[in-house]
Amino acid sequence: MVNPSILVAIILLPALGALVNGVRAFVTPLEKKNRTITNLFALGTTGLSALLALWTVWSYRGAEAAFEHAYYSWIPGINFALRIDPLSCTMLLIVTVVGFLIHIYATGYMAHEEGYTRFFTYLNLFMFMMLLLVLGANYVVMFVGWEGVGLCSYLLIGFYYDKNFAADAGKKAFIVNRIGDFGFVLGIFLIFNTFGSADYGKVFAMAAAHPQQYAGAATAICLLLFVGACGKSAQIPLYVWLPDAMAGPTPVSALIHAATMVTAGVYMVVRSNVLFRLSPTAAAVVAIVGAATAIFAATIGMAQNDIKKVLAYSTVSQLGYMFLAAGVGAFTAAIFHVMTHAFFKACLFLGAGSVIHGCGGEQDMKKMGGLRQSMPRTHWTMLVATIAIAGVPPLAGFFSKDEILAAAWEYHWAVWAVGVITAGITAFYMFRLYFMTFSGTYRGGQVEGIETSEPEHAGHNLIPDRRHLDEGDEHLDKAHGHHVHAHAPHESPLSMTGVLAILAVLAILGGFVGLPAILGGAHPTRFQHWLEPVLLPLGGVPFEFGLASHSTEWLLMLISVAVAAFGITLAWRFYQRDPEWALPKKIAARASWLHKALINKYYVDEIYNATAVAGTLLLARFLWWFDIWVVDGLVNLTRHITVFPLGHGSNLFDKYVVDGLVNGVADSARGASRFFRRMQSGVVQNYALVMGAGIVLIAVIYLFLKPQ
Amino acid sequence: MVEAAPSTAAYLMLSGTLFTVGLIGVIIRRNMITVLMAIELMLNAVNINLVAFSARLGSLEGQVFAIFIITVAAGEAAVGLAIIIQLYRLRSTINVDEARELNG
Repeated sequence: MVNPSILVAIILLPALGALVNGVRAFVTPLEKKNRTITNLFALGTTGLSALLALWTVWSYRGAEAAFEHAYYSWIPGINFALRIDPLSCTMLLIVTVVGFLIHIYATGYMAHEEGYTRFFTYLNLFMFMMLLLVLGANYVVMFVGWEGVGLCSYLLIGFYYDKNFAADAGKKAFIVNRIGDFGFVLGIFLIFNTFGSADYGKVFAMAAAHPQQYAGAATAICLLLFVGACGKSAQIPLYVWLPDAMAGPTPVSALIHAATMVTAGVYMVVRSNVLFRLSPTAAAVVAIVGAATAIFAATIGMAQNDIKKVLAYSTVSQLGYMFLAAGVGAFTAAIFHVMTHAFFKACLFLGAGSVIHGCGGEQDMKKMGGLRQSMPRTHWTMLVATIAIAGVPPLAGFFSKDEILAAAWEYHWAVWAVGVITAGITAFYMFRLYFMTFSGTYRGGQVEGIETSEPEHAGHNLIPDRRHLDEGDEHLDKAHGHHVHAHAPHESPLSMTGVLAILAVLAILGGFVGLPAILGGAHPTRFQHWLEPVLLPLGGVPFEFGLASHSTEWLLMLISVAVAAFGITLAWRFYQRDPEWALPKKIAARASWLHKALINKYYVDEIYNATAVAGTLLLARFLWWFDIWVVDGLVNLTRHITVFPLGHGSNLFDKYVVDGLVNGVADSARGASRFFRRMQSGVVQNYALVMGAGIVLIAVIYLFLKPQ
Repeated sequence: MVEAAPSTAAYLMLSGTLFTVGLIGVIIRRNMITVLMAIELMLNAVNINLVAFSARLGSLEGQVFAIFIITVAAGEAAVGLAIIIQLYRLRSTINVDEARELNG
């Protein structure tokens, strides 16, 4: 039985860490913090949270129904409630375990950086929000986490806030995500309007009980939700922010922009699987967008020379794979790939971070090479993760990718074909990365020669997220000061390589939970069986896990392995056997338009600048013009209409009528007094005379005029 | 044999004449001392009036009143003369027309 207090503690512990470190960072922003205290709170809270998560999953294991607990009534009709079911358990474990490992790694990676405490504040805040996202029992709580992780993503991409490219990348991520979030929030409104509730339990029970009745609404809801997923999970056309997000520190790229946050969209789609199953249209849109993103990003990844850019496009591509899976109805495969991807992509990113760290901040793979000797532990772990992502059995990536491809084959052969080609390209560019980085000889010293040998590329790869190399990059030079000028790369500390080793082990073993039947597993696989309670029966018909014939499945598996092997061989031929890379250079020269398009990422950023950004600016300018001339004109016209007749009229009235009356009274008083003052002669005898005359007068009146 | 007292009307005639003389003196004389003397004349005209009515009505109140007026008139003369002396010191004249600062 799950303990609700422990459940909420999983969420609140990272929040506590963020609060403590946030206060410490805020109160004395410029002072050096005691890093032991920072570590204690940052790692202590996330570690404890991970332990409690394990305990919670352990105590939930085997339960019949989902566990839900409402903590308080938040908005009428919406509770602040948390939910534990197989899906949230899976995500909970990924987030807490991978998150904790990356926290450990970050203590090593960030050791020389300024803003250490601020970094861990954001990281803990992210953990808090991400846990809220995956544990929430209704769409509204999920949305709070959804926005929270978006905020943390923004803060961490812009971590080097004094660098323009980092601040710009943060803004780009935030704004592009706004577009998606707008769709998501509309979807939530529509869900509430249709079902009268946002609780997963109620909504899915209603939708599953009356599939026909809700099919129409489900299409609209699913498309809106998928807009949100596109933003958060970097799908076409909203993927542009993720490659730029690499401006953040590498642990952030690993945690947020590879392992956890960007998979939130996949989680949301899988969570809403009942609705997506009601709407084949929406599911097809998801599958097509996923497949297109997968191959689109993979081709870009082939031509990038920045180690983090390659991984970024790889992440976009793999996320496309997950949506492809969700779109073709293989929801368990999507989550399975989320999990395996979290292991090997976190390992790859952290390995890349270790390489960057060891090479004194270099991110250009053309200036690496031969790191196998100087960074053996990083080399081995990254090799394992590269094999895993390439889809070589029996590593984790093979099983999840194979499950997706099998489901895609059943859905439509074209989707499968795109998936297989993407797998081949993935294998190629990942091994290209591996060979360029780790084999051959170290090229850090002969940078100039290589760049001049490819003059047409020079400049294209000076991608602005190469934070360590930027001019005037003072604190970063200081950060890696002890080896900026030293050309010998060195191995990273144990806190980093240890984490790499753990993730490499997970990347090897993580796939066996989804061992398919033909390789000695069960049908459905153990992972599918575990997630089965989430896939509610539609109108009484239980969810069917696809099962192709053994021969088909063997064939598909063989093809995907062969394609992966082909990609690896090609990379080996291009970048390992020939240390001069003559062949790829020749191809690039032969098809220079294609090469340029790939290196410039199909000019998508430029197209967006020319259309969306320029359009927005044009609209803003038009609105400004409208405001100046029309709105202000109307206001001024009103002023003229009112001020002149009314203002001036009342002024005249005031001047001549009101003032005239007042002055008239004063003037008449003055005139009267001017007349009467003459009586006041100052000669007392005059007064006496008047008095005497008065008495005489009174006497005369009294004596002679008195009526008898 | 007691000689018949003059009638009240005679006293009133005397009193009225004296008052009129005093009043005219107050109005037309320019010398302040003469004005003061004219005021005394008017006061005594009033005294005669009071005493005449006192005798006529057989009441002592009128005579008491007359004695009060004589007393007050002494004070009035003293104050009046003091004012005149001050005026003279200020202006070196006791002409009433000279003291017209209250001219409006």
